[in-house]
Amino acid sequence: MTELAIRVRALSKRFGDVIAVDGIDLEIPAGQIYGFLGPNGSGKTTIIRMLCGLLTPSGGDVRVLDLQIPAQAETLRRKIGYMTQKFSLYDDLTVQENMQFMGRIHGLSRSVAAGRIEELLERYALSSMRHRFASAMSGGQRQRLALAVATLHSPTLLFLDEPTSAVDPENRRDFWEKLFDLSDAGTTILVSTHYMDEAERCHQLAILETGHLRNQGTPQALLAQLDNRVVEIAGDNLRQVKERALRLPGVQSAAQQGVRLRVLLQPDTPDPTHYLREQLADNHLILTHTRPSLEDVFVASTSGGDKS
Amino acid sequence: MSALSRIGAVTAKEFKQLSRDRMTFGMIVMIPLLQLIVFGYAISTIVRNIPIAVVDNSGSAVARAITEQVRVTQVVTIVGHYATAAEAEAAIVAGTIRAALVFPENLSQRVAGGEPVGQWLVDGSDTMVSSALLALRTMPLHLEAGVPEGAYQATAPSFEVALFFNPERRSEVNIVPGLSVIILTMTLVLFTAVALVREREHGNLELLITTPIHPLELMVGKLVPYIFVGLIQIIIILGLGWLVFNVPLQGELHDLVAVILPFIAASLTLGLLLSTIAATQMQAMQMTFFLLLLSVLLSGFMFPYDAMPKAAQYIAEILPATHFMRLIRGVYLRGATAVQLLSDILWLLGFTGIMLTIATKRFHKSLD
Repeated sequence: MTELAIRVRALSKRFGDVIAVDGIDLEIPAGQIYGFLGPNGSGKTTIIRMLCGLLTPSGGDVRVLDLQIPAQAETLRRKIGYMTQKFSLYDDLTVQENMQFMGRIHGLSRSVAAGRIEELLERYALSSMRHRFASAMSGGQRQRLALAVATLHSPTLLFLDEPTSAVDPENRRDFWEKLFDLSDAGTTILVSTHYMDEAERCHQLAILETGHLRNQGTPQALLAQLDNRVVEIAGDNLRQVKERALRLPGVQSAAQQGVRLRVLLQPDTPDPTHYLREQLADNHLILTHTRPSLEDVFVASTSGGDKS
Repeated sequence: MSALSRIGAVTAKEFKQLSRDRMTFGMIVMIPLLQLIVFGYAISTIVRNIPIAVVDNSGSAVARAITEQVRVTQVVTIVGHYATAAEAEAAIVAGTIRAALVFPENLSQRVAGGEPVGQWLVDGSDTMVSSALLALRTMPLHLEAGVPEGAYQATAPSFEVALFFNPERRSEVNIVPGLSVIILTMTLVLFTAVALVREREHGNLELLITTPIHPLELMVGKLVPYIFVGLIQIIIILGLGWLVFNVPLQGELHDLVAVILPFIAASLTLGLLLSTIAATQMQAMQMTFFLLLLSVLLSGFMFPYDAMPKAAQYIAEILPATHFMRLIRGVYLRGATAVQLLSDILWLLGFTGIMLTIATKRFHKSLD
């Protein structure tokens, strides 16, 4: 049995009348990259904040690294790294000064901190800009610095809240390489995102919507759930075809992607391609059975799949 | 027309935002209200109720009669009696009284000779207070029933006056140390009021509170640099006051430091408390401005504390500026020692402790 880094039971959080997180159960194994996939307002940030003790849960039981949260949050703070959406860097401090500051806040001795800083400057390709102000850095550079700062004290658990929202695809790919290095070294990483390509890289995923856990599992397992349920349609007048398809009882959702229409069918539809071809009865359309994507999983799991 | 419509759009948006910013809205109402009450009601340029003491070396009924006549002018309030003029002088230095009325042993001879019947020892550092007391110099005296009407023909003023600390009655003497209070209040409270708010606005606070740092460590760490800011400012103000306005330090340097540091601490922790209340830097600035206004009007900087009505004095007592005003004028102008002014120093230290405690309590290490 794998060791659990995080175990959450019936976690919920209310802000006044708004229920931001509603009865969530999670088991996050140690050493994995675990993703929270969900749109804005799905509760990703709120859950992360509760897991690191920044917010007090309204209900439920939270254990992180065998510590009861929020009661033992102070002890937990020595073991976690946190990268906020805004990166939380001091714009008027240089790269090196930002790192030195956080090193001292985490109680690293001067010599240990100096060693770690050199190591991380090297690892995250920041050595050449160690004296540059954080305000003068590009999105990708700021992101790497934020990761360096968050991992300065070698945390066993790393929280990353939408770490790549302000970063171009190339930097994003680079960034994920760094995350896999960290994971390889034994760090548990919890990352929230609303990018499908990013979610696909996680070892395990939780799909969140309006504070509810809609689905979870490995990306492979999640995709397997949709085997035999996605059909691609090519042809003319796809807007009209979409309207017609959505009116069919077996169709859960339809979305146009360029010159193709992607149709997701209800579970247990026997031979979906055949069914659609019969129902649409249009010889100009080319229907092909296709492999599901994570976006299909997301759509199928959330209420966005209700005929939109 | 489209220009008008665009102006209208901006105006409507501005009104909406204004009505939703409760802090700004509060200021719009509170500032004129406060100014009107303070200027119209609390502040009177006619100085009354100056605390004085009487030193009666004659022990005579005449002295008591004269004292009574001085008392009913309401310019002064007699708060004590001292056996010797030296004790009274010490009380003036310590700031417990502003003046002392000293009757000589040969009071009856002086009454008979029509000479001045007593001497006022006056703290001249506040020119408004000393003017009020100087006006008493020529007040007509009616001596008691035993003396026939007109028997006392004053050929000289009724009293002699000794103006201490500021014999030339220069207003800058009082202004220079007073200004240091106002400038320090303004800058120190403002710097620290925006300090935490800025961290919050930039998202740094969210990261800091996931680290092992204790709120008190964060608070104290943020304050320390501003202690030096405060010291630099006061050196500039008092140094210029000395060199340019010729207002030299009468007291000892170590006493000066002993009264300055508690005030810097009190101002910084007050700013810190505002910082935990304000949601934006703008709000922090508004709160600072409001506090500054109170300090300028009520601390004794513009108007003598003694002349203010009781209610205004109670409010003034809460402000660190009022206490520091007494301290800095005491040490700087009258040469008082820190020990003589201990109660104000202790008050500032207590204030610092309370502010720091509340600020730390208010600053939870959570985002709830």
